[in-house]
Amino acid sequence: MDTSITLTVDGRRHDVVVDTRTTLLDALRERLAVTSAKKGCDHGQCGSCTVLLEGRRHLTCLTLAVAHDGDEIVTAAGVSALEGGAGDDAPTSLHPLQEAFLAHDGLQCGYCTPGQVCSAIGMLDEAKQGHPSHVTDDLEESVDPADLDDDEVRERMSGNLCRCGAYGGIVDAIREVAGGAPREGQPDRPAQPEREAAR
Amino acid sequence: MKELTYVRPTDARDAVARVSDDPHARFLGGGTNLVDHLKLGLLTPDVLVDVSRLPLDEVTRLDDGTLRIGTNVRNSDLAAHPVVRSSYPAVTRALLAGASGQIRNQATTGGNLLQRTRCVYFQDVTTPCNKREPGSGCSAIGGYGRYDAVLGASEACVATHPSDLAVALAALDAVVVVLGRDGERRVPMSDFHRLPGHHPETDTTLAHGELVTSVELPPESALTRASDYRKVRDRASYAFALVSVAAALELDGDVVRDVRIAWGGVAHRPWRAAAAEEALRGETYSEEAVRAAAELELAAAVTGPDNAYKIPMVRNATAYALRGLADRSSERTGATR
Ligand SMILES: Cc1cc2nc3c(=O)[nH]c(=O)nc-3n(C[C@H](O)[C@H](O)[C@H](O)COP(=O)(O)OP(=O)(O)OC[C@H]3O[C@@H](n4cnc5c(N)ncnc54)[C@H](O)[C@@H]3O)c2cc1C
Ligand code: SF4
Ligand code: FES
Ligand code: FES
Repeated sequence: MDTSITLTVDGRRHDVVVDTRTTLLDALRERLAVTSAKKGCDHGQCGSCTVLLEGRRHLTCLTLAVAHDGDEIVTAAGVSALEGGAGDDAPTSLHPLQEAFLAHDGLQCGYCTPGQVCSAIGMLDEAKQGHPSHVTDDLEESVDPADLDDDEVRERMSGNLCRCGAYGGIVDAIREVAGGAPREGQPDRPAQPEREAAR
Repeated sequence: MKELTYVRPTDARDAVARVSDDPHARFLGGGTNLVDHLKLGLLTPDVLVDVSRLPLDEVTRLDDGTLRIGTNVRNSDLAAHPVVRSSYPAVTRALLAGASGQIRNQATTGGNLLQRTRCVYFQDVTTPCNKREPGSGCSAIGGYGRYDAVLGASEACVATHPSDLAVALAALDAVVVVLGRDGERRVPMSDFHRLPGHHPETDTTLAHGELVTSVELPPESALTRASDYRKVRDRASYAFALVSVAAALELDGDVVRDVRIAWGGVAHRPWRAAAAEEALRGETYSEEAVRAAAELELAAAVTGPDNAYKIPMVRNATAYALRGLADRSSERTGATR
């Protein structure tokens, strides 16, 4: 059955007719040519299709496009326009988190990166709202993004896989933007030479 | 995928009427399980009734202290809710041990309880499976058995229930509020999921068209506050349980005043370890006593070479969970043990 829906993607409004069975991911990629959301597994297991949906990180492969009529979506191609980003009028510039991914080598092939970036922005927002995680010791203690250590970042980002194994750089990039980036030699993260040697 | 009609019902009653009247209609929650099943061809509904936008998305404390959780409260919001964190920590811990941040933002409370087994054969339409296709046989029996149930299985099905949340709710005596054609009914968690018996195709005691509208937790108490959830899995994160334990413990000095134990990953439903609880209540707390109680509960367990590991694993996880609670209790009271 065909249904007409409206999606706002990276600030642009689209009216599009989709078959009811179309996932949001396929609607973005195949109907709207928004290819920054990537299809990895198509079964909720890799996180590469993550976008910010109504402000929260969300998979697009396990949801139907018709269920999102009227919703606002921001993909990695649109995050620079978000608060904390470079702003609307600088469409070619990057969000600080994207800059940090570059600075810390948080990617290799780049396929998982758009999902990682959206997930990280959503994750930091959750932390700002005080959400605990599986590795948070005291559930009643307040949570602050700057206090997230490597274990916290890894746990909160566990829904995003990276086949290239760029995890070390991804964690560093996120911690830098969170405001609690580890300094070299800090105990919870081996210093660079040690990491090199471990490869 | 088969042709599909999508509808947004006007309210809960409308949703119930639409699904009750049509054997090929299904409720759609966050879609994280159902949309996957559409893709895998496990499910071929004609109509999806999207209940995920119905205004059943609040956590409210009733006058008698009951905590009512609307079905559309997302797993992430329930986990982060201040009252749940402080008064029912097993619920927060169970949710945070499941799926991923993205999935928890999407998954609903009711959908979580009604998610279906992760049995590899159930998810593979090329293999026989009584749950998917009644009477076709069970590929897991004599097949890959690592995830198989050890308690309450039948010759028709040896699958386990995958929800972490359901195990915590079972331990805490939650009640599921359900709306049907004939009005509302309240189903204790202990009667919500079923054992497979001769009908593994049916996971729960809900009739077709009955809608979960909320889940209610009993008023907070010393017991609910001293609750926890421990999950054992193949990876540190983002994996289903091999076994899990939801537990609550109230000590009076050294004596077990009250205790709750429920297990995940061992049966077709969350397994409330009632015999183990009974054996511990009123007794002096010790790790040996906990292990003996778990042993008692496991007396009826049936295992094969692939899943025999679950017996020591669930016993150890139970001892670990209760030790953590006992240690915290003695920290609070300054008692030494
Ligand atoms: C990669 C991955 C990893 C996961 N890991 C875990 C894990 O570790 N632990 C865990 O517990 N879960 C895990 N899950 C499962 C996840 O928790 C469930 O898919 C989710 O909770 C289902 O909720 P939903 O709202 O998306 O349900 P849907 O997919 O929308 O629906 C599921 C079922 O519930 C029915 N339904 C929905 N709402 C209602 C209602 N109100 N009343 C009656 N019936 C209803 C639907 O008809 C359908 O049959 C994982 C999922 C994925 C994809
Ligand atoms: S264990 Fe149950 S779900 Fe798995 S193949 Fe057998 S019948 Fe199907
Ligand atoms: S493509 Fe959506 S999670 Fe892998
Ligand atoms: S950079 Fe290649 S998959 Fe992550």
